[in-house]
Amino acid sequence: MSTHTLSVLVENSPGVLARVASLFSRRGYNIDSLAVGPTEDPNVSRMTIVVNVEGHALSQVIQQTDKLINVLSIIELDPIASVQRELLLVKVTTSPETRSQVLETVQLFRAKVVDVAQDAVTIEATGNSEKIQALLRVLEPYGIKELVQSGLVAMERGLKPGKSHQPDHD
Amino acid sequence: MSAQVTGAQSLVKSLEAAGVDVMFGIPGGAILPAYDPIFDSSIRHILVRHEQGAGHAATGYAQATGRVGVCIATSGPGATNLVTPLADAQMDSVPIVAITGQVASAAIGTDAFQEADIRGITMPVTKHNFLITDPQDIPRAIAEAFHIAGTGRPGAVLVDIAKDALTKMTDFNWPESLSLPGYNPVMDPTPESIRDAAALIAQSSSPVLYVGGGMIKSNASAELMKLAELTGAPVVTTLMALGSFPDSHPQHLGMPGMHGTVAAVTALQKADLLITLGARFDDRVTGKLSSFAPNAKIIHADIDPAEIGKNRIVDVALVGDLKATINALLPELQKQFAKSKPDLAAWWEQCNSWRARYPLGFDEPTDGSVSPQYVIQRLGQIAGPDAIYVAGVGQHQMWSSQFVNYEKPRTWINSGGLGTMGFAVPAAMGAKVGAPDTVVWAIDGDGCFQMTNQELVTCALNNIPIKVAIINNESLGMVRQWQTLFYNERYSNTDLHSKRIPDFAKLAEAMGCVGLRCESKEDVDRVINEAMAINDRPVVVDFSVHRDAMVWPMVAAGTSNDDIVIAKSMAPIWDSQEL
Repeated sequence: MSTHTLSVLVENSPGVLARVASLFSRRGYNIDSLAVGPTEDPNVSRMTIVVNVEGHALSQVIQQTDKLINVLSIIELDPIASVQRELLLVKVTTSPETRSQVLETVQLFRAKVVDVAQDAVTIEATGNSEKIQALLRVLEPYGIKELVQSGLVAMERGLKPGKSHQPDHD
Repeated sequence: MSAQVTGAQSLVKSLEAAGVDVMFGIPGGAILPAYDPIFDSSIRHILVRHEQGAGHAATGYAQATGRVGVCIATSGPGATNLVTPLADAQMDSVPIVAITGQVASAAIGTDAFQEADIRGITMPVTKHNFLITDPQDIPRAIAEAFHIAGTGRPGAVLVDIAKDALTKMTDFNWPESLSLPGYNPVMDPTPESIRDAAALIAQSSSPVLYVGGGMIKSNASAELMKLAELTGAPVVTTLMALGSFPDSHPQHLGMPGMHGTVAAVTALQKADLLITLGARFDDRVTGKLSSFAPNAKIIHADIDPAEIGKNRIVDVALVGDLKATINALLPELQKQFAKSKPDLAAWWEQCNSWRARYPLGFDEPTDGSVSPQYVIQRLGQIAGPDAIYVAGVGQHQMWSSQFVNYEKPRTWINSGGLGTMGFAVPAAMGAKVGAPDTVVWAIDGDGCFQMTNQELVTCALNNIPIKVAIINNESLGMVRQWQTLFYNERYSNTDLHSKRIPDFAKLAEAMGCVGLRCESKEDVDRVINEAMAINDRPVVVDFSVHRDAMVWPMVAAGTSNDDIVIAKSMAPIWDSQEL
């Protein structure tokens, strides 16, 4: 099994998330993460879906999803040719002895502290999955009290093919 | 020009604008506003006795005519009763539109009386569905529903409309064009794929045309005939494709699959190329998938790109409408064949030997009872290839696929994918409404018949004179067959005791039909002819048949097609060079 990032443009209509979720459930596809949000066009939303499938099954996932009437387009994002980010909020136990070490880690990972309490700091970090996992590995020994993580969001790098010569196209 | 109307009036105007001539349904609270303008509409509304009957009737109508079938029901239980026919139609790619009432928009989500989230419930069993809460959206939703149901790979579409959207005033504006940016069925395969397919066919010495239900949906039988005669290849037609290629044609090897002919099953197994046309490599056709057609390259033509590679990896994909696909393939093949045309003589020798050695057949019971296959065979011979035959699900369905000769598309209607018992009577009703001048026979089992026979009341009251042959073996025959073969003849809960309870002939009479009975082989022709002569009322014939008759050949579920058996513990005997 390997993970693939799918970028899906959908009509911003009621029930569209349920349709995609229902399809994945019915066909037995494994979702690693799913993020939905608005795009530059208010009528269109973008779903970033990370699936865990074998190569042959991937084309089935794409074709079956594309068949949904509300799905406008679906592409697989190449990890190299795309920008991929997750958001992490993590509350780490700190003592007067460990606080500075934790803050140093935050700096190293270009994360930031968004809340400080007597015995804990809350850290915000964005990055690709590897960076987030690496940060968590380093913070783990201090004691992770609570964490929340967004699904992956991703976008192709550069200008979309065909759009570069149509600057007035909106 | 728009005029102020109620949402309900807008709905009925929309259905009229969509070209609906008949719909099957039952009113109820939430849909009630729509029934008032239906009263004045040119659309014929047939009041069924159960919503499931409405759904299957819409399917039968659609299968017989090629048009979109329509059913209508109220919210809650009315809508949930449509779930089975929607799933059934979707599995067999039949275009139907279901209209359901929904509780008022303010009450949605409050567990209101007769509330069910039918859009959520039917999401996995429809091609698309709508929930309408604003009357302004009704015409567009209806137009889109009919377009989606009837184009591309056809399917089931549900339009759920909140009661207040039916009662509020609105403008009626029938959309002149549709905007469905996410729905663009591909009609024409690429020229490259056509060339690749033609090249593969030109290299094949043992090809088979593996034809599925898409052939009937695409109305491409004439094109198929040209392709078959140009290639000279053997043709097999699946359960959903029967009639798309004449059974009487010398190139037709019959039906493949679990209860297919030895020749059709074996030809697929031994072929070097499957030219797959609107078929989907269903498990009932492939048997154990990993051992299916092991040496065959695959050309797969289908209008649904998601079917390509779903079950079997393909060598050439032809995504598009079958009629357009074959029309593009024919000239390309002629070009290829002008260079070299493969000699299929040795392949035909093999196919013909399988066909000659293992024709379909059946044993006459030794206890004097009537064989069910004989009844069905005579029915097909007497009613002929112009009649429409509609089956339920089970042994009688398989025998009807085997022992009736189908010569034309849309003369065989059954529930293939979902396998819905109780399909026959309501679907036959729908078929007869769509083709009133055609003789329509429902061939049903005694188990199936007891699930949906109430629609005979609808038939009797609405001048829909269908004919029903109950193949009465007093049991759930196909399940019993499996118990015989795989459960040591332990007949757990398959004996229906239906020889006299119910008395089907009396039941038929009670429902306003003619009830006939046939209990001996000598009477079979006479009773069929008697039924054929009755045209003013529905007729039900209760054929008492031998209960231990089994459907052969058979590929047991999950086993390889190579392990086909022609009778209990009897495998075909292969020549050594065939193995």
